[in-house]
Amino acid sequence: MLKNPAVSPEQPELKKEDEALKLEALHENCSGCRTCLVVCALENCREINPSKSVLRIQGLFPGPGTYRIHLCDQCGACAEVCPEDAIRNENGVYKVDPDKCTGCMLCVAECPHDVMCSHPDFPAPFKCTLCGACVDACPRGAIRLVEETGLAAGNAK
Amino acid sequence: MLYGYAGKILRVNLTKGTVQKEALSEEFADKYIGGRGFVARLLYDEIPKGCDPFSEENIVVMANGPLSGYYLPASGKIHFGTKSPATYGYADGNMGGHFGPALKYAGYDVMILEGKAAEPSYLFIEDDKVEIRPAGDYWGQGSITLEERMKKDLGEDFEICTVGPAAENRVRFACISHDFGRQCGRTGIGTVVGDKKIKAIAVKGTGSLPAYDLEGLYESGKKAYADIYEKPGFTGWTPEGTAGITNFINQVGAFPTRNFQTSYSDHYEQINGKAILEKIKITDKGCFCCPIPCGKYGHAKTKQGSAYVEGPEFETISLFGGNCELKSIEEVAYANYICDELGIDTISGGAVAAFAIECFEKGIISREDMGMEVKFADLESVIHLMNIIARRKGAGNALADGVKIAAEKLGKGADKLAVHVKGLEWTGYECRNAPGMMLAYLTADIGAHHNRAWVLGRDVTGTSANVHDLITQGGTGEKMPKSPVTGKAQGVIDSQHLRPMFDVLGTCRLQMMELGFEVEHYEELFEKVTGKTKSWKELIGVSEMIWHLTRSFFVRETENFGRRMDCAPYRLCSEPVLSGPNEGHYITEEEVNILLDEYYNARGWDSEGIPTPETLERVGLSDIAEDMRREKETTGG
Repeated sequence: MLKNPAVSPEQPELKKEDEALKLEALHENCSGCRTCLVVCALENCREINPSKSVLRIQGLFPGPGTYRIHLCDQCGACAEVCPEDAIRNENGVYKVDPDKCTGCMLCVAECPHDVMCSHPDFPAPFKCTLCGACVDACPRGAIRLVEETGLAAGNAK
Repeated sequence: MLYGYAGKILRVNLTKGTVQKEALSEEFADKYIGGRGFVARLLYDEIPKGCDPFSEENIVVMANGPLSGYYLPASGKIHFGTKSPATYGYADGNMGGHFGPALKYAGYDVMILEGKAAEPSYLFIEDDKVEIRPAGDYWGQGSITLEERMKKDLGEDFEICTVGPAAENRVRFACISHDFGRQCGRTGIGTVVGDKKIKAIAVKGTGSLPAYDLEGLYESGKKAYADIYEKPGFTGWTPEGTAGITNFINQVGAFPTRNFQTSYSDHYEQINGKAILEKIKITDKGCFCCPIPCGKYGHAKTKQGSAYVEGPEFETISLFGGNCELKSIEEVAYANYICDELGIDTISGGAVAAFAIECFEKGIISREDMGMEVKFADLESVIHLMNIIARRKGAGNALADGVKIAAEKLGKGADKLAVHVKGLEWTGYECRNAPGMMLAYLTADIGAHHNRAWVLGRDVTGTSANVHDLITQGGTGEKMPKSPVTGKAQGVIDSQHLRPMFDVLGTCRLQMMELGFEVEHYEELFEKVTGKTKSWKELIGVSEMIWHLTRSFFVRETENFGRRMDCAPYRLCSEPVLSGPNEGHYITEEEVNILLDEYYNARGWDSEGIPTPETLERVGLSDIAEDMRREKETTGG
């Protein structure tokens, strides 16, 4: 998809098996439109319902007048705290096994970015699958994929 | 299954304290589509003829469109309507942000407020749970302050609409505010919300919206965004947003200045889009799903104070920067903040302030009534005026009624300084050499407003280029020849059908108007969302029907409605422009009549501008044609 060249760096192709990639937020590019939330739920739940998305856009208004993008960087804090071992790392993506989950919500409380989510329609908490839909959909290039080192993959020499 | 709709109408009776949820009928949805269509029909049906806008019988309607809340560009618009306390006629307004989608995810396409609460209240809506709660000490608070506080009290994921002190005090141009800078500004809908003792509405929705072809919508949505990214205006127009047109409007001599005495401001480069970027902007701020955020959120420092504020967008620049002659973008932004916090529409606010200053200069308002010596190009005067208006103190009590009613109260020739149509203040385009745009203002269905039809580009360049192209092309600032007044009607009518269609669908029109995004996208998206095939031409047919409907409402609510309701304000049809490219030009009363004759004829209205029963039948409003016939018989007309 074409992006605003002023704000959107070249993106590396997302490979599910590529453990080196993770999401990174460029907060200053965000305009708070929440297209990412709509697309996240559309891609993963096949529904029009941003309350089922797994990222959050926070508007800091009236001051300082900026946006914060809260997204999953696959840090694994959820997996560490899970007493049932229901969250596991598969190729660099932490995934919830709803069959093992007992709904204790410890992971939701523990998530440092507040993006381990819950919804009355789902029995278990749910989280980012690193599908990359938000990266593609953001009209502002405010979410990108980077290599683990923290450097933008597209900019790495 | 009704695709494209949440499926319910939420009816809140504030007198009785009851909440009803009604099914949205498919027949109604098919005929009126949504948004402005729903608002227009519900106001016509549910407001009793001759109702006082400040009575329990008046209602406030808010309605989403079928595309609101879905994955497509700028699908976050919601439409509001009421019987206006400013014009006593049809009133509607549109608001972006995130409130509309939240209401739809909560399950409601439409919300209707009836009656009046006994005590100051706010509405709490969380999906099925709907409560009328006491407002307590929320009452009295400024709009921005209250939104911040309610987000803390209820949770950040609530979308909140508020009204400010101006609405509490029945200022006739009070707005509804949301998302720290989005407003439903015009026609005093906020005034009626405040009169109903509703201080705020908080909504959180966690439901899903049904799409007829979800996978198809996903693909069409992606394609729509991708096409917008390719428009030159995507990178060219977005950075400055609506303020980007300031230079062009000034250079073609259409920039309201000094209460419309002239149409050119020398200091335009201190208050334009570039000044916003250089002096105050912190972030771009977009509405729901919008790829071209026109909101420019910033921080303005002035001698009188500093504030965080969204904007100013073009209209605010025009009315405060031009019409009140504030000399820097910081001052305009600070005036914008004062209005936002008090809950005053910046357009009418700026127009009333300029009117008040001129009245003061000419001795129509005394220093004692005014409370201080007010003058043009003075932020302190503007701040003072907004405060006495919001609190109805001294001269503020008359000014709070808007320029038309205030001029009637003040007398002494104040009516010659009052620039309005039907009681609604004129907006940011001066038209003494833009006859098409003049006609658009005279015939706009809520009073003098630019969003129904915008043909200024055509007036001054002869082409219907999108705004980005106009800006790029620029204005020369050179003397303009006098424009002919004939042949203007059809262009205005086409624009009056086109632009309001977006208010029906529940999306923003700027993708199309500013960037030239094609209408074919909307046909495709409409079909994927609703499962119904409608050509753009058919949709425009709905827009035409709504135009006759809103006119019929105004006719019904106005005693002896006639051509006089569409007449031009004295200044614009009697006084030549004082300076700039259009110096010396004005449109005479005879020319105004030529414009109106041509327009009424093309519309199928009689010589007094009243839709004929035959025209109403032709567009599918047979029941209203019957009402008109019955009315004629009883009045013997």
